[in-house]
Amino acid sequence: MTRFVLGRIGFCTLIAVLLAFFTIPLLWLVTAPFTSDPSYEVKVPDFTWDNFQAVVEHPYALPSLYNSLVLSVGTAVLVVLLAALAAYALSRVRLPGRDALLYALLLLSSIITGTAAMVPLFQLAVELNLIDSHLGLILILTGGLLPAAIFMLKDFMDSTPKSYEESARVFGASPLQIVRHVVVPLVRPGLATIGVWALANVWGNFLMPYLLLSDVEKQPAAVITYTLYTEGGQANLSMLSTFGLLYSIPVVLMYLFVSKKYGFRFHGGIKR
Amino acid sequence: MAQATSPPEVVKEDARTRRGYSSDAAGLGSLRAGAFVAPALLLIAAFLVFPALWVLYLGLTNYRLTGAAAAEPEFVGLANLLDAVFNPTFWNSTWLTVQFVLGSAVIGQVVLGFTIAWLLRDRAGPLKRLVEGLVILAWILPSAVVSFLWVALLDRDGGTLNALLGIPGFPWLLDHPMLSIIVFNTWRGTAFSMMLYGAALGNVPPSHLESARLAGASGWQQLRDVVFPHIRGHILTNLLLISLWTFNDFSPFLLTAGGPDGRSEVLAVHVYKVALQSGELGYGAAVSTIILLINLVVAVFYLRLLRSKK
Repeated sequence: MTRFVLGRIGFCTLIAVLLAFFTIPLLWLVTAPFTSDPSYEVKVPDFTWDNFQAVVEHPYALPSLYNSLVLSVGTAVLVVLLAALAAYALSRVRLPGRDALLYALLLLSSIITGTAAMVPLFQLAVELNLIDSHLGLILILTGGLLPAAIFMLKDFMDSTPKSYEESARVFGASPLQIVRHVVVPLVRPGLATIGVWALANVWGNFLMPYLLLSDVEKQPAAVITYTLYTEGGQANLSMLSTFGLLYSIPVVLMYLFVSKKYGFRFHGGIKR
Repeated sequence: MAQATSPPEVVKEDARTRRGYSSDAAGLGSLRAGAFVAPALLLIAAFLVFPALWVLYLGLTNYRLTGAAAAEPEFVGLANLLDAVFNPTFWNSTWLTVQFVLGSAVIGQVVLGFTIAWLLRDRAGPLKRLVEGLVILAWILPSAVVSFLWVALLDRDGGTLNALLGIPGFPWLLDHPMLSIIVFNTWRGTAFSMMLYGAALGNVPPSHLESARLAGASGWQQLRDVVFPHIRGHILTNLLLISLWTFNDFSPFLLTAGGPDGRSEVLAVHVYKVALQSGELGYGAAVSTIILLINLVVAVFYLRLLRSKK
């Protein structure tokens, strides 16, 4: 009995400590935006909307959220489109050297990181005149996300039955029609997953836009947050907290949506 | 760049495809299939493979961002690599990176992630959802936001941590920069390990645990003799992936910018500072080459283990 009670107390303490550890850093984000003239201190907010007013009036804040949106949607669309085409072909057609290619893709996606490739990517962007270009950044980000996306999608395509495609073929549909009208609807959940994954990835990406976009008007929210933080020595806390909150809300909503719709967990392996 | 999502099922996949999933049901044909794959491969080649190869070449030149060497870089062979090897700053960064990976990934995220998964293993309901939701929240918020949250938390005068501990004025980021980024990254990344171990623990047959319990095994003995042997593969996958990610993580820069005096300048930050702030692109590329090589070793090791497991 004592052992049970002790275990119970231990469990509750541990959970309480864990909850505190994960909650305390977040408190500031939910209190400071609603506090007039916030400091680093976590205070009970006086529920003012002035900080949001300031964000709306800031010349770069809302545009940067728009830039983030352009970059993430652009990249997600491109990643889904190209990865789906490639994954379908790799899943259904035994191209020469396919297995080696897949192995190489897997290796590439895990070893070449922004950290390792930042110098040549910066140079490449300078040479190709892609500095300060959203399109350039989208292409670069897409290149980085594609190997992992192809991988996950190929797995998905492998596990969808091919009998629908066969019967469509029997009825005389052309290969491209089959892909568009049979395969795409079948793998839609997989496409959605990859899309959300790419969207979230780019939305939070700091290093690449920081390296490749120097024009403030083109920078996404990740970079703008950081400039609010160092500019003029003093961090503008009311701006920062409020902007941070606005910048975070879309990912949280997306997470809630995904976890509701697909369940946000691993099934057996790592992905899906 | 991409948070590499490394699928451990790849090898199994191949076995499955060989059993007939690979047939060309839509009658695509090799030519069209090639056209389907080409655009993706082109982008990967241009923005992933080429930069990686280019970094190898750059590391052998004295290329700089500005000045004479910017116009006409010269081939200097292994000079940059030797520079790095004899440069105490490089070794300092390497050592800090080792601390960062061991402290925040191997110890912090794995232990904390497993502990949470274990504590919540047969629970359902609001408590589980609350804990998991908070842990995942720390993982999905943009890094620019969370790093600033930690700047606020650790602030010497108004920061919540000092207020809670009753030690106003204690400069965490100045006095303990490494500890700060290690705890920060543990907080940030535990979700992945938690979810992975949560899934892994679901695969441990309850009957095995039950019989261990009936045989009088203590909690620790159950863990050691029943649970760990079952999830060994997951532990390995988890360790390698999070080590790789932490090793390449740039977010310490957002918290401490490598300072004070380079005391939290992990390799990722070191490359950025020497290459893009000081403009020594050649030397930075040589350090990048070393990072690539370490990544390669870890990844090959990982794939080997996966293959041998099947």
